Amino acid sequence: MVAQNIAFGIIAAITVAAALGMVTTRNIVHAALLLVAVLGGLAANYVLLTAEFIATTQVLVYIGAVMVLFLFGIMLTRAPIGRIPQMTGATWPVAALSALALGGITVYALIDRFGADSLATDNTVFRTADVSDSVFSQYIIPFEAVSVLLLAALIGAVVLARRD
Amino acid sequence: MSAAADLTGALGLAYWAETAIKLGVALIVIPTAALMLGYLFLLKMMAFMQSRLGPTDVGPHGSLQLIADAVKFLQKEDIHPAAADRRVFRAAPVVVLASSFLLFVVLPTGPDAVVENLDTGIFYAMAVSSLSVLGVLMAGWASANKYALLGGLRAAGQLIAYELPLILAVMGVVIQADSLNLQEIVRAQAEGEIFGFGLIGNPFILTQFIGFLIFMIAAQAELTQTPFDMPVAETELVGGFHVEYTGFRFLLFFMAEVATAFAFSALATVMFLGGWWIPGFDFNAPILNVLGPVVMLAKILLVAFVIFWIRFTYPRLREDQLQKFAWKVLIPLSLANIVVTGIFKVVL
Repeated sequence: MVAQNIAFGIIAAITVAAALGMVTTRNIVHAALLLVAVLGGLAANYVLLTAEFIATTQVLVYIGAVMVLFLFGIMLTRAPIGRIPQMTGATWPVAALSALALGGITVYALIDRFGADSLATDNTVFRTADVSDSVFSQYIIPFEAVSVLLLAALIGAVVLARRD
Repeated sequence: MSAAADLTGALGLAYWAETAIKLGVALIVIPTAALMLGYLFLLKMMAFMQSRLGPTDVGPHGSLQLIADAVKFLQKEDIHPAAADRRVFRAAPVVVLASSFLLFVVLPTGPDAVVENLDTGIFYAMAVSSLSVLGVLMAGWASANKYALLGGLRAAGQLIAYELPLILAVMGVVIQADSLNLQEIVRAQAEGEIFGFGLIGNPFILTQFIGFLIFMIAAQAELTQTPFDMPVAETELVGGFHVEYTGFRFLLFFMAEVATAFAFSALATVMFLGGWWIPGFDFNAPILNVLGPVVMLAKILLVAFVIFWIRFTYPRLREDQLQKFAWKVLIPLSLANIVVTGIFKVVL
């Protein structure tokens, strides 16, 4: 597992550096592009965890769709080249606190659930069919809940966009 | 694509040696593919369709013209606009080219001749092909040019709209083949039967003809080829997102465009035309590692011919027509295709 650990170290360093750059840069398009790098780093880590389907979904949904829409929106409105003097909003302490809280809860939950468990070293790849089997049997209720949530968001968007 | 690559895997080479060979094959195959399509279709075929000769001087029938052009591009000065965001400006063509390079990773050309036989095959291809729009947006923004920015925005709007029918058209094939894996899709076609007649297998173009049409139209839009070339419309945007690019950076965009056309033709071949399998052969016959790439190349050139034929035949759509066509025609049609395919899958 040495190679995987080295790869993880490199990917993690790039991801963290990109995340720090994203919140400190003074250019909004650079921030968006650094967020792309962060999401790409996460996808690479999913590959290391042999979760190929999740990694591909991450690239398709977050980088290929969500970030492209972000950039599209930013460029359609106002995206000057160069530094913007005032990029820090007035509510940044609240944002920092909630980010810390979310990070703390996630780390606590992960350590509490998995502790020192380690991944099986026999290089089994989770096949896509296994993923869909578990989604449509064991996790059917969360799956349906997410579907309803997305449907609600979709209808909300249509209602907001309609003029009449 | 890489018959050599996986045969070496069977020979039991070390991991690094295998990787080096795969990299080498990729570095040869992709520029060759781009050159071939560029020469055959962009230079010669377009010229003949317009009653011209095309290049004639460099090499036999002008066949080395593109190499001469590449040398010309490499000699040019590397110009950045003064107001441009230099780092993003430089990264943009690399992102676009990387997206089309990554597409070649999963293309199968024989039972063992594939760089990586990923379990998520076609899903992976759709994901990495969606990365190119990121590079286009970066190029449009970083050029500090209104035409470039407009081109980038048009490209983003168009690629978002046409990615949906593209993926939905693929869904029909995936349902019928029971797998996302490209090799399994080829196998499903090779072992399929048409009304109990299994000699030529069951190329999915027969059962998924609507899916094939939608895929080809959406691929044309993804490649920003005429009639969907609003992002680079010369007469309106003087070249769109790559208006400020010269020399080898422009060459990267050009290579990416043609190489992606090749890769999309290859995906259409694998999903709808039976891929590399030759009727009458055993699916795993080792000889197919040699014959497969040849058959595959012939089919790819056929599909690419259609793509370029449409490109040189039809005039450009208007921006609102383009969006209407995607959202009101292609997406409902592809959803209906999925429903019908699903019903047949359950019934049969």
